[in-house]
Amino acid sequence: MSQFLQQVINGLSLGSIYALIALGYTMVYGIIKLINFAHGDVYMVGAYTAFICTAWLGFGFFPALIASMVVCGLLGVLIERLAYKPLRKAPRITALITAIGVSYVLEYTMQYFMGSEVRTYPNVLPKTIYQLGPVSITTHQIYIFAITIVLMVALQFIISKTRMGRAMRAVSVDEQAAELMGINVDTTISFTFLLGSALAGAAGILVGIYYNTINPLMGLTPGLKAFVAAVFGGIGSIPGAVIGGLFIGIAETMVVAYGSSLYRDAIVYAILIVVLIVKPTGLLGKNQREKV
Amino acid sequence: MPKSIFTKENLCWVILSAILFGVLTLLMQVGIINSYYKITLFNICINIMLAVSLNLVIGICGQFSLGHAGFMCIGAYSAGVITKMIPNYGGLLLGILAGFAISAVAALIVSVPTLRLKGDYLAIATLGFAEIIRILVQNMTITNGAAGLSGIPALTTWPILILGVVIAIVVCSNVMRSAPGRACLAIQDDEIAAEAMGINTTKYKVLAFVIGALIASLAGALFACSFYVIKPSQFTFNRSIDILVMVVFGGMGSMTSSVLAAIAIGLLNTILQNFTDLRMIIYGLALVIMMIFKPNGLLGKRELSFKKILAKREAGKEAS
Amino acid sequence: MKRDFRKLLAGGLGAAVLLAGCSSASGSDNAGDGGSAETGDTVKIGLNFELTGEVSSYGTAERNGAQLAIDEFNAREDKPFTVEGVEIDSKGDPAESTTAAIKLIDEDQVAAIVGPATSAPSISTYQAATDKQTPVVSPSATQVDAMLNGDTPYEYAWRVCFEDSYQGAAMAIYAYDTLGDKKAAVINETSDYGQGLAKTFKEKFESLGGEVVAQEQYNAKDTDFASILTKIKGKDFDVLYIAGYYGEAGLIIKQARESGIDCNIVGADGFESEKLAELAGKENLNNVWYTTCYTTVNASDELKSFIDDYTAKYDQAPNMFSALAYDATNLVLDQLEATGKTGAELNEAIKKADFSGLTGSFVFDEKTHTPKKTVLVVNQKDGVQTEVDEVEVK
Repeated sequence: MSQFLQQVINGLSLGSIYALIALGYTMVYGIIKLINFAHGDVYMVGAYTAFICTAWLGFGFFPALIASMVVCGLLGVLIERLAYKPLRKAPRITALITAIGVSYVLEYTMQYFMGSEVRTYPNVLPKTIYQLGPVSITTHQIYIFAITIVLMVALQFIISKTRMGRAMRAVSVDEQAAELMGINVDTTISFTFLLGSALAGAAGILVGIYYNTINPLMGLTPGLKAFVAAVFGGIGSIPGAVIGGLFIGIAETMVVAYGSSLYRDAIVYAILIVVLIVKPTGLLGKNQREKV
Repeated sequence: MPKSIFTKENLCWVILSAILFGVLTLLMQVGIINSYYKITLFNICINIMLAVSLNLVIGICGQFSLGHAGFMCIGAYSAGVITKMIPNYGGLLLGILAGFAISAVAALIVSVPTLRLKGDYLAIATLGFAEIIRILVQNMTITNGAAGLSGIPALTTWPILILGVVIAIVVCSNVMRSAPGRACLAIQDDEIAAEAMGINTTKYKVLAFVIGALIASLAGALFACSFYVIKPSQFTFNRSIDILVMVVFGGMGSMTSSVLAAIAIGLLNTILQNFTDLRMIIYGLALVIMMIFKPNGLLGKRELSFKKILAKREAGKEAS
Repeated sequence: MKRDFRKLLAGGLGAAVLLAGCSSASGSDNAGDGGSAETGDTVKIGLNFELTGEVSSYGTAERNGAQLAIDEFNAREDKPFTVEGVEIDSKGDPAESTTAAIKLIDEDQVAAIVGPATSAPSISTYQAATDKQTPVVSPSATQVDAMLNGDTPYEYAWRVCFEDSYQGAAMAIYAYDTLGDKKAAVINETSDYGQGLAKTFKEKFESLGGEVVAQEQYNAKDTDFASILTKIKGKDFDVLYIAGYYGEAGLIIKQARESGIDCNIVGADGFESEKLAELAGKENLNNVWYTTCYTTVNASDELKSFIDDYTAKYDQAPNMFSALAYDATNLVLDQLEATGKTGAELNEAIKKADFSGLTGSFVFDEKTHTPKKTVLVVNQKDGVQTEVDEVEVK
């Protein structure tokens, strides 16, 4: 039993990271229906920004967090303006290839300048291990979980209560109609990228501190799994992305705990396929009527 | 109306492929094409097979699949395992057939439930399946796990390879022009309208998917027998992406452009090998720029068609 | 319509078969340059490494080590010829690596190839190199039987590292006999390296009378090992064998120590990097041993100057990969200088070489083309390598 509880905690902290990345995926997909494959690499850039801030410039945790969120947010907007905006009317598959191209550019530019070797973070966030009866939990795990929840709530607030949030929802339902209603579609889409990428930046620094290792290709697998999480939770839905992320994290952990570690990745994809077949719109996704 | 297969158009195709094959073979014999160009050519031919078969699934049927590497993996491992036991052409044939059988079953298992999905959801589901195939291969004893198979006999010869390419192109372009193919095109244009016209969309989608899988498996088998070594990490999601890039780069729905794109990307890749560290940056930028300026691919939907050329000539004669 | 389609298909197939039949023998490769040639004023060495892709950190380290060896050779005043390193990227893909090796041999006319770093891309170049009579020296293709084509070794293929089975067995003996551990848990990477080491460690440990109570696997680039560690923590074992590279092993050690697993931890030469201490945290690196052929403990003057030069040139410390590639390149350069020939004679010289480098002195075993090196076991205290022991494998 104590092992089970410990595994749940392991799963929740792993899942929180997927959830943070999934939030960005789900927002971008929700608004322009693009699988932004470069999102995982924006997260990588966030991790490196925070590395430079803490290890070279001597920033503390919170300034570094803000710095990497700002850098990633701006990078997201830049990518959107340069690479995706010209393709908004083109077939969606074209934009997907572009996203893959951007992803290669980010990965290997970083590798070119920072080297392919792993980097480690300085100790910016003191770590204590608490023993709660049979299970142990670290301050880092608490931080990750708390920051994920806070950011999710903030995001949900922005989307449901603010003017910009309403514009985002309008654009995601019908771009042209939104434009006719006086919404500036370009600004709205850029704002979505800003928010989503800033979240990826936050995930980057948290992962860097939690695992103490970063490398230029670190965005690949978590990016893919986070996307699975977003689809699982219902793409376009903010709470869905978080629930999806946590679920994937726990599922993966449980497969290792009570099955075989050989199949921890396979199970993620198997769950995905089952969900897609049973409920293609995901757990919290809305059913859309086919338009003729 | 039964038409003869000995039309002018088909004759032109046969002559064109015979000339290409003859010239390349001659160049190999006299050594102008050295073994480096030859292995590059092998690579390109295998990519052509993969690209046209994926084009059948994506370009013709509009089924966005990101799992093509999975079927290639099946073909490569079937041929690899069997030719290691029986190192002759019989073994290769057996390997190819075994690959066909397994990929057909796998393709049916994948397609029947998932082809109901639309667009990106289908893409993600096929991606998931391909990853599952790879993880299974990685954990089986017969495939020698993550280390992969080495010492596979190099049975893929130039004539066999070109035969494979011809089969792939003939099958794919004929499927496209047959009744099922036209049904597929209808599906791609407007699925709901096609259904309303009484086209059994699922049946044709599954058919195209299975044919695409079989050709990918054939390509995988020839790949395994050209490069001595195969390992699971060669068949990741990145490989599927590479094939997809060829299809989109050329122009979806056009076989000619898939062939040209496979050649172009093969050459680009060979050149980029020498740029070492900068290689993937250049490749990534090339993709982005290409897509922004030519979103419909190099050729769009245009095809090299002797029918049209012949018709034009006829028209020219009549006019004069 | 349907019949039409079938006929067309049959027609196309028929034509293709006919064509294929027409060309008879096209498989006749011209077998490279054949024999041996004199070295000219400039000799080219192919550097075929994984410079992009998943394993590029190993490939880059080796490229740097090999290039350093070439630079040092060129800086000598009494050099008999100038050496030029021709770099090419294989992305870690065996097929690309075959193409790359053939390009180096055919197009660039290199005298020998050094690389790649990992096993599968290395093996895929051996047949081509043997066909074309150009020696390939792999710095770190450690896979079991990598050099064998059936029962005989590829004639022109060599490696300067030891085989996974050798190290795995050595550590099993050390853990059982010297450390006195009777129960082991194994965590390995799902790669040829990890699986090969884990298999031989397990076999040897069990044949000595020990017991392996758990085995878990992870993928390269994984960062979260909490679930694996929580699972094995419930089992009873005295030693944990980690078969993988420093990137993941460092994290496993850190997470294991933090979750309260304080038994002995042992590993293989994948641990050999200063990154291990950075990743694991110095305070967690106690009671950690690993097998290697390269260590910075009691460094010789030669090794010290290698470390200094490398650090000055690349702004980072070398690791085992760089040292192995440095040795592999020097092995080739020494023989080139001694014979003044390429091709068959160069290969013959490599075969008979009695080489002494940073990673030990060795001669090749003629049956496996693998060096007979002493296995060293290095102990860590607070993240610093302190002691070295030798193990003999019977």
